[in-house]
Amino acid sequence: MTTTVPQPTPARQPRPALRDRVLKLVELATTPLLPTDYLDLVAPLRSGAALRGRIEAVLPETRDAATLVIRPGRGWRGHTPGQYVRIGVDVDGVRQWRAYSLTSRLGRADGCIAITVKAIPGGTVSNHLVHRTAPGTVIQLDQAAGEFVLPTQRPAKALFVTAGSGITPVMGLLRNHPELTDVVLVHSAPTPEDVVFAAELWSLAADGRIRLVEQHTDTAGLLDAAGIAALVPDSAERATWACGPVGMLEAIEEHWAAAGLADRLYTERFRPTVLVTGEGGTVSFARSGTTLEADGATPILDVAEEAGVLMPSGCRMGICFGCVLPLREGAVRDLRNGEITTAAPGDGVLIQTCISAAAGACDIDH
Amino acid sequence: MTVLQKKNESPIAHLTAADIEAIGRELDALRQEVVESRGESDAAYIRKVIAVQRKLELGSRAALLVSMFPPAWLVGTVGLSVAKILENMEIGHNILHGQWDWMRDPKIHSTTWEWDMASPAEQWKHSHNELHHTYTNVIGKDNDLGYGIMRVDEDQRWHPLYLVQPLSNFVNACLFEYGIAAYDLELGKNLASERRRNDPAFRARVKAVLRKIGKQASKDYLVHPLLSGPSFLPTLAANVTANVVRNLWSHSVIMCGHFPEGVETFEKKSIEGETRGEWYVRQMLGSANISGSKAMHIMTGNLSHQVEHHLFPDLPSNRYAEIAPKVRDLFDRYGLRYHSASLPRQVGSAWHKVFRLSLPNGWMAQTTPRNAPAQVVKLVRMTTGGAKARRQLQAAA
Repeated sequence: MTTTVPQPTPARQPRPALRDRVLKLVELATTPLLPTDYLDLVAPLRSGAALRGRIEAVLPETRDAATLVIRPGRGWRGHTPGQYVRIGVDVDGVRQWRAYSLTSRLGRADGCIAITVKAIPGGTVSNHLVHRTAPGTVIQLDQAAGEFVLPTQRPAKALFVTAGSGITPVMGLLRNHPELTDVVLVHSAPTPEDVVFAAELWSLAADGRIRLVEQHTDTAGLLDAAGIAALVPDSAERATWACGPVGMLEAIEEHWAAAGLADRLYTERFRPTVLVTGEGGTVSFARSGTTLEADGATPILDVAEEAGVLMPSGCRMGICFGCVLPLREGAVRDLRNGEITTAAPGDGVLIQTCISAAAGACDIDH
Repeated sequence: MTVLQKKNESPIAHLTAADIEAIGRELDALRQEVVESRGESDAAYIRKVIAVQRKLELGSRAALLVSMFPPAWLVGTVGLSVAKILENMEIGHNILHGQWDWMRDPKIHSTTWEWDMASPAEQWKHSHNELHHTYTNVIGKDNDLGYGIMRVDEDQRWHPLYLVQPLSNFVNACLFEYGIAAYDLELGKNLASERRRNDPAFRARVKAVLRKIGKQASKDYLVHPLLSGPSFLPTLAANVTANVVRNLWSHSVIMCGHFPEGVETFEKKSIEGETRGEWYVRQMLGSANISGSKAMHIMTGNLSHQVEHHLFPDLPSNRYAEIAPKVRDLFDRYGLRYHSASLPRQVGSAWHKVFRLSLPNGWMAQTTPRNAPAQVVKLVRMTTGGAKARRQLQAAA
């Protein structure tokens, strides 16, 4: 139910044609590498490079959350408050991509942006970012994206419903939209110590900028949608933004829809629907348009070939990497060790089809 | 080098089928150990090697801009030779094997990498990773054995043309990168018939190779010399030298991998229905290592650990040294011979074989200072006589 808000797309800076021609000439001297391969050694954040950022500071927010201040590369096109950014960070040597909400004020004097990350139990990337990341680390960046932003016509009255790290995009909005004066924030966290940005929220409440309703769920239990509506009697008059666990969002969506307010509700999900990984699944090949059922014991390569798909292939025993294809979304099991590899949209994880069996639905870019 | 299956005493006669499968399980477990412990320090290693290589290349090429000064020429040429060797061996070869694909870094990935080499990465990956690594040392399947262009086995009938093979092998070593490109194109086979010559797929591959060679040659033999202005000729000479040094070095290392005396070869039908354990044993018997310092291992792209590389071609090269003692222990426990010797010895052994087989079977062994004149006369008669004369003289030997 995320509503699409038209975004002004910042125009890409036109690159001077002269520079392109010079680069072509330099390529003659650097082939088979590109000039950028050498420039990346010294200036990874320069304009024209693949978008990257350098972590300037890691500021603890709570015992398991931290704000990462990032100096984006010259190609960064800015963001709209409420949006997220996908970052690529190497954890144990493996590039992992995750999306985090931007929480910084626009136009910081130092040109930096900030994301706030909450370490989730067992989370590879979030724990790495919160607990084990040193300033100076260079990470990969995507341009900001997401539609959890304010419409151009600002609402007179707003309600934000958040839980846990769901506060992060809302903090991005609150910090950058002082023109919102009639705001109610209903925020849930297990204990007072778990409330990210607690001091700043209390100060906003003390100044009368927002009405803050804190629910500490370890002692007071979970709030349901009806409970929220009861806490905010004029919720029907408010444009509502909700961000938190899938269960909470679904309950709110249902409740708001029943009240005929679906068009005034904006929701943001952090994680896609949980992947069910099991034995076998439906494998679809995006480009050739083939879809087939694969069992959990046969390599995707064999299944696809049997179905008449022209597949790249090599040694068929997992050593030559001649069969590697990007898995756009889904889960596969390495038949050699049972290891599961999953991909979320945008990841394009490269898998060896000759030793990978479907472990759930798979969408392969081929 | 008679195929293992035809030998009177097979080096694996003492192994039961259960032994072979046990070897396979041990090696699978060893592989898994490394896979599970791959991590940040490995990633840091390959990035470091790449960074060092690029800086060394840049520095050397900068020195060559003033290569009319002999010290600059010397430093630049040595630096560029080392940079090119690192680029081909420890970086290119291993990345194209997919050894670093686990990092999921699109800049260091077998599907995106291109190297400083006449043969385009895509074609080399097919002939090397698929054919050579899957069918290692299987006669008729693994063209790396050199059957197409040389006499590498006593069972191949001798012909006077083979007398020139030491020379042709040396020429091939100097021009190795072009030899590999021709090899990846399977020129011998593909130029043989009108139909194959005109096959659009083949023609497209030829075009790709020529385009690659064009770019490579214009970089080393035109662009950089031009950038050097008055040092045009010295820079050109430096770049030719660096390429030849790189070619000689990689040819030597690669000859050491499967060519020294004592490395086994296999019959085509012996691999029908081959189990994973049997595949491992074939790799164990079909490769030879080079012993030496850490620097030597890096300069060979860790192909000095050829045995470990052939067992686990997709494990990061920096880990071969660590598993080598365990692999060696496995050889010992199962009574198999682990071939390892210094670089001069392995190169010597390989060249000895090239010379020995360029001559009729037994000729070299039977020749002593005393019978040398008679042996030379026999060789001349075998060379100038027909096939029948050769057969008779060979039978009389």
